[in-house]
Amino acid sequence: MSTLALPERTTPAGARSLKFAIIRFPGSNCDQDAFYVVQDVLGMSASYVWHQETSLKGYDAVLLPGGFSYGDYLRTGAVARFAPIMDAVRAHAERGGFVFGICNGFQVLCEAHMLPGALVRNEGCKFLCKHVHLRVENADTPYTSAYKKGRVLRIPIAHGEGCYVCDEATRQELESANRILFRYVDADGKESAAGNPNGSVGNIAGIANAGFNVIGMMPHPERASEKILGSADGRGIFDSLVSTLLAVTK
Amino acid sequence: MGNKVTCLGEGETMTQVNVVVTLKPTLLDAQGRVVQDALHTLGYAGVEQVRIGKYMELQLDTEGKTAEAVTAEIKEMCGRLLANPVIEDYRYEVVK
Repeated sequence: MSTLALPERTTPAGARSLKFAIIRFPGSNCDQDAFYVVQDVLGMSASYVWHQETSLKGYDAVLLPGGFSYGDYLRTGAVARFAPIMDAVRAHAERGGFVFGICNGFQVLCEAHMLPGALVRNEGCKFLCKHVHLRVENADTPYTSAYKKGRVLRIPIAHGEGCYVCDEATRQELESANRILFRYVDADGKESAAGNPNGSVGNIAGIANAGFNVIGMMPHPERASEKILGSADGRGIFDSLVSTLLAVTK
Repeated sequence: MGNKVTCLGEGETMTQVNVVVTLKPTLLDAQGRVVQDALHTLGYAGVEQVRIGKYMELQLDTEGKTAEAVTAEIKEMCGRLLANPVIEDYRYEVVK
């Protein structure tokens, strides 16, 4: 895990309530799920930030939620990438701040070149909405420290364009730097074609940038953070992030 | 080169640019494969491959711009937004 400098906070450090910005684009539709997890499950502070805004001052972490920003016109995330708020998202990341893209948020981060590669149409062309199994590939990151390496998580996916692709050099770089955080596996935790729902290169489900402060994943941990929803396996990602933030903002 | 856009006729200020964006040949075109299978079902056994792309018509106000400037602008628009260089190739033609 790398040392991370945090952006300037307006919340007094003693308050211990971390502030999460949830970016809303026209067409975001998992923003309320993310808000609920941050506020009601984690007990932290959540705020919606409209795409036309230009500042993220005072926020500890930024969440780019799932959905169909700008109707997925042209390519998923292609138009959202140029939304006014994205300059602030990029600046937040460049200061070492945490940026977490889920599903469409992952697509936006790839289009913005804040994460390498791209998401294309699922191999089977179907929109997939089901629980899948993920294996934690690197548990030594700000987003995965609550897990043990190799743990298999059951988390839902809901996407039509979730097939992760990148060139061979990028893939090797992701592999060698342990930047692949999650891989699609079968129920036994084995990497297999059957366990790969969308044809992603190397069964890749989630990756980090070189600084491990920006991550993106296609599966929806915010839909799997309470047992009543069928799985609480995704909560560890949020718990990891909160622990990391509390440790560095002491 | 002069100061006028060479692709324009006398007195014209609008230029139409047709842009075609396709997935890189190394990538599986999942939609193209479905269409290929459908063509096979219809009996067109000789269809070896189908690749699906996007076609865009742009009307540009090119008054007072040089051909080089217009070309540079088209390439910039393609590289920044219309195509994703990570996964796509583009080509374009300037129509009168």
